[in-house]
Amino acid sequence: MIQFENVGKRYPGGHEGVRNLSFHIEPGEMVFLTGHSGAGKSTLLKLVLLLERCTRGQVRVNGRNLARLRPRQIPYHRRDVGMVFQNHRLLSDRTVFDNVALSLVVRGLGRQEIGRRVRAALDKVGLLELERSYPLTLSGGEQQRVGIARAVVSRPPVVLADEPTGNLDPELSREVMALFEQFNQVGVTLLIATHDLDLISRMGRRILTLQNGNLDRDSAALVRDAD
Amino acid sequence: MRIKPKIWLTRHIQVGLSALGRLSRTPLSTLMTTTVIGITLALPTGLYLLLTNLQHLAGSWERTTTISLFLQMNTADQQTGQLARRLRQRDGIDRVEVISRNAAMQEFRRLSGFSEALEALGDNPLPPVLVIQPGLRFDDPDHAEKLLEEMRTLPEVDIARLDMQWVKRFHAITEIARRGVLVIASLLGMAVLLVIGNTIRLEIQNRRAEIEVTRLVGATNAFIRRPFLYSGLWYGLLGGAIAWLLVSVAFWLLQNPVERLAALYHSQFGLTTMDASLILTLLGGSALLGLFGSWLSVSRHLSGSEPD
Repeated sequence: MIQFENVGKRYPGGHEGVRNLSFHIEPGEMVFLTGHSGAGKSTLLKLVLLLERCTRGQVRVNGRNLARLRPRQIPYHRRDVGMVFQNHRLLSDRTVFDNVALSLVVRGLGRQEIGRRVRAALDKVGLLELERSYPLTLSGGEQQRVGIARAVVSRPPVVLADEPTGNLDPELSREVMALFEQFNQVGVTLLIATHDLDLISRMGRRILTLQNGNLDRDSAALVRDAD
Repeated sequence: MRIKPKIWLTRHIQVGLSALGRLSRTPLSTLMTTTVIGITLALPTGLYLLLTNLQHLAGSWERTTTISLFLQMNTADQQTGQLARRLRQRDGIDRVEVISRNAAMQEFRRLSGFSEALEALGDNPLPPVLVIQPGLRFDDPDHAEKLLEEMRTLPEVDIARLDMQWVKRFHAITEIARRGVLVIASLLGMAVLLVIGNTIRLEIQNRRAEIEVTRLVGATNAFIRRPFLYSGLWYGLLGGAIAWLLVSVAFWLLQNPVERLAALYHSQFGLTTMDASLILTLLGGSALLGLFGSWLSVSRHLSGSEPD
């Protein structure tokens, strides 16, 4: 589903976000991405979402070679990839409903369809009764769940998350991770960047560890080696 | 994936109305921007209208343009009458006035104050005269000239004269003024483009976060551009409406003094104000300027944020 082959990203000025990355995430996998700040986690996610283009190697997502996409095709690629941010990136002048609906509005869906799907997504994250509230009146955990609802409401095959639990206490972090596991159970491929080693080590999922823009450790490879 | 036409239309109406709603949430700054646009557009519109009025005035003078035919000295009164009748039936001639030799003499006596000197002459030195008023032809500005040429060929006519030089000069001057208005209108139109472009640029800056998030969830460029294009359209349209208002008020203030002046000259001249076609041109033109100005700004300031 997500395939990196010898991928490098060098920014103008010489800084290298990632140096030489190769890995393959199968459809339906739930994978954690970890490493120190500056190890290249954010750059990797940006490459998948095509916020940046790689300067070396090849990135394939959902069967698409991203290097081949023209600028006008990028929006359609992003519709296949839901994104959850550490700071939520909700629009404070719109209600919870409208924030979640944005993902569907850009696709040109009809009002009824949007209403139905947004309520289903809000119901799933447990915020149905808050649809008329504004994001700033919500707690951090609630805001993050709105962000998750926005990422999954259009049912993308891939969901990325950049430090989704970064601002949450352990209790809320567990809730958010449980939510991601639910989505994974219905077949969504997840790639979650996080610092929260304590939490993810207990979840028994594949972990990619980055260091200085290189893949330092792939837990799946370790399992394979042990076999 | 194609969007259904009905949803597409609803979407446009929604975006258009919400752009208008956004403008109404900051009434003071919207009013200032649109007033700047309004004043900028009112100037060329007012000048154009002034020029139209001057041309109407010239038109009413043109109506009084006449051709004087000084006939041969030996033309009998009867012949003069026949010629006058013939000319009256001709196309393109409104009126023919006959001034016989005697009538001319009497008039000359009365007006010139040379009556005693004329007594001494004994013989009447004045020829019979036909004063022709050409019919007004808007489609043919040289109509009077052509008529003059034709009159010169008549055997009875000694001298034919048309005093139109000053009308032509006046036309030439208004033509220059028309070009001037065109130049001013183009320059001010550019000013409106810049004002709207800059306003939209600020709006884009204020809504950076929204634009980025919308992009992240897969919005196309057209989707992101749309609200700003509608904003520009509204700015232009509202500015045009203000210009309409300003010009109407200015001409309303001029109306009475002009009519008083016209009355002093025994003229029926009335000030022409904005008609429907001018209003439509103003509003349509300003809306287009707004759309184009914001399009320039949007394509300049939204394109930079995408990898290529």
